[in-house]
Amino acid sequence: MKRIGVFICHCGINIAKTVDVEALTEEIKKYPGVEYAENYKYMCSDPGQNLVINAIKEHKLDAVVVAACSPTLHENTFRNASERGGLNRYVCEMANIREHCSWVHDDKKVATKKAAHIIKSIIEKVKYDEPLEPIHVSVTKRALVIGGGIAGIQAALDIANAGVETILVEKGPSIGGRMAQLSETFPTLDCSQCILTPKMVEVSQHKKIKLLSYSEIEEIAGSVGNFKVKIKRKAAYVDHAKCTGCGMCYEKCPVKVDSEFEENMGKRKAIYTPFPQAVPNKPIIDKEHCTFFLKPGKCRVCQIVCPVQAVDFEQQDVILEEEVGAIVVATGFDLYEPERLKEYGYGTIPDVLTSLQFERLLSASGPTSGDVRRISDGKEPKRIVFIQCAGSRDKENHLEYCSKICCMYTAKHALLYKHRVHDGEPIIFYIDVRTAGKGYEEFYNRVTDEGATYIRGKVSKVYQDNGRIVVLGADTLSGKQIEVEADMVVLATGVVPTRNNTELVRRLKIQCDANDFLTEAHPKLRPVESNTAGIYLAGAAQGPKDIPEVVAQASGAASKAIAILTQDEITFEPTIAGVDEDLCSGCSICVGVCPYNARELDREKMVIKVVEALCQGCGSCSSACPSGAAQQRNLIDKQIEDMVTSVLEEK
Amino acid sequence: MSENNFEPKIIGFFCKWCTSAAADLAGTSRKKYPANLVPIRFFCSSRIDPQHVLHAFKSGADGVLIGGCHFGDCHYQDGNYKTARRIALLHNLLDDMGVSKKRLRLEWISAAEGDRFTKVVREFTEEIKKLGPLKGNGV
Repeated sequence: MKRIGVFICHCGINIAKTVDVEALTEEIKKYPGVEYAENYKYMCSDPGQNLVINAIKEHKLDAVVVAACSPTLHENTFRNASERGGLNRYVCEMANIREHCSWVHDDKKVATKKAAHIIKSIIEKVKYDEPLEPIHVSVTKRALVIGGGIAGIQAALDIANAGVETILVEKGPSIGGRMAQLSETFPTLDCSQCILTPKMVEVSQHKKIKLLSYSEIEEIAGSVGNFKVKIKRKAAYVDHAKCTGCGMCYEKCPVKVDSEFEENMGKRKAIYTPFPQAVPNKPIIDKEHCTFFLKPGKCRVCQIVCPVQAVDFEQQDVILEEEVGAIVVATGFDLYEPERLKEYGYGTIPDVLTSLQFERLLSASGPTSGDVRRISDGKEPKRIVFIQCAGSRDKENHLEYCSKICCMYTAKHALLYKHRVHDGEPIIFYIDVRTAGKGYEEFYNRVTDEGATYIRGKVSKVYQDNGRIVVLGADTLSGKQIEVEADMVVLATGVVPTRNNTELVRRLKIQCDANDFLTEAHPKLRPVESNTAGIYLAGAAQGPKDIPEVVAQASGAASKAIAILTQDEITFEPTIAGVDEDLCSGCSICVGVCPYNARELDREKMVIKVVEALCQGCGSCSSACPSGAAQQRNLIDKQIEDMVTSVLEEK
Repeated sequence: MSENNFEPKIIGFFCKWCTSAAADLAGTSRKKYPANLVPIRFFCSSRIDPQHVLHAFKSGADGVLIGGCHFGDCHYQDGNYKTARRIALLHNLLDDMGVSKKRLRLEWISAAEGDRFTKVVREFTEEIKKLGPLKGNGV
């Protein structure tokens, strides 16, 4: 039996006024297991703590209960004191007789009785408390960043600048992501490429960053501090070590393909870099379209013209194995499929564009070199109708949520259109204009001042009539039906998380919300952490956001990763779940219950193993376990039952 | 024991992040409530095994109040959903056992809801007083 010491605090008169501490002490002294009990005016003061320390030594105590305030306030204080007295900190517990008792009751007799119950329950708990040691995990000081858009770029640079080796994996042939496609950025109208490309170059030249473009994550094992990652370097059919990036190959390649980067409004070759400022600026061969692969052995033009013999049709995918301590997921976003917005004529009317297509039209490096021209006939559109919330905020038919960035980019589109076509007429249909952000409302005012017309209402239909595009909608402010002829229609298509991400998310063992955006560990207080320790979230993969927010979140995720990666080892609270292997049948019910993937079936022994670095100690496995094998350390079923019994026993 | 001076014994199973913190707040704000309930603190309401509740009733509790975080606020992502499901099943079981399901209450009380905490405890204590002692009424 443990020798338990109980220390009852008066908290000045905060406790002593409504709890008879003397009588309580006498009663507790008689309670089974209690070796020593005393009370003191201020237990948390130095003399109070010394009472605990001395009593542990003098009375050879094995466990300590301090009956005082909420453990939130002083659990650490008394656990530290217990350690100084030579005890393990986890056999010291607090009984809250202030917030939960003396402060909420008036009747001294009643309050004293309840205080006794609270203390006795904690005595029962401490009887089965075991000395625990914090869990230490060694750290591989290397980071993995998945996704090479602005979020991934920022996170990789921040981590690398902290001196930590970083692997940046990008599935496409170049980093840069969506931001590289943009023309100018709101509200300052900085040219997107001008602010982005220096960062891209910095990534490629950074001594601490290993850039793996055209690569994908194959497998992830391990846990925080020590992840083992398999990365597939897809065959580029170009030896990038030899390639000088001269561009001869794609100049001569005879195969023209719709360019993804130009949102299918321009062409690229079958051997290509997605855009002129690509990083790395080395081409890859698109096997799906390359003549050599379609008609085996034919063409070979790129191979013939390459001055350094870098084209290698024999190249194979390569699997790289890397060990990292932390991971930042920055997989970005796609646009809501505009084809689903049938009423707006996308796909049938050539001059109905998505917002990203319009970005490319506005871009100086785009298919029209920045001139706003119609796809159908090359003419300058004199009136453009912009439809906001195309797919967003439409619970019945499309996305329920607000895509957040569309109000601002549409305002920017209208302004840039006016800059390109001075007599042009931008008309914007909107539900609400949301301009929360630094300088955003001012920017919106500027756009309306420069002649953009805002019509509050939804567009019901876009159709073609005698070669003209007609937009049918309602002005909900005047209550009138509106019919507008337009030369071009731009849909402010909503933001959705990158498609085909499911497999990666599953491999990472992190969660998605109902809209497939990555779920943060806490919506307010842990916005850049996933629920899996050591995996952090950055950018639009977690929810729609604009560039400044993405960059801020990426830096936040990076700093979380750095906090781990700059330590030799990380420490966790040991009050987590354990498994009694003798009782465990390997039924795996707990595996499905655990929100952190902290439980795995050991197929050899057919028992469950706890991944200590992942378990957060919620205890839901313990209550789900049918055999009592899963037990939360220092809160086992026996403790809970004894606590309950002690409260209910009549004294 | 007549109904008038019956003082029920109530066990409170509270998660430490929300409901126990709400009880702390009630204390800090000196909100008074009946002393019949003795709280037991868990990391998460999902640690509460239906067996614990049955054990409480078997050992003489007249009522059990379980407190967790509101949906969406769980510190452990979805522990409170698990609790909700378990308690729903347990309610049915209690019915079968002849124990009024009113004796087991599940409440989501956030760390900011000190007032609501006292209100719930007051109401629940009153309710159990009305129901009378459990002993001899099944279990």
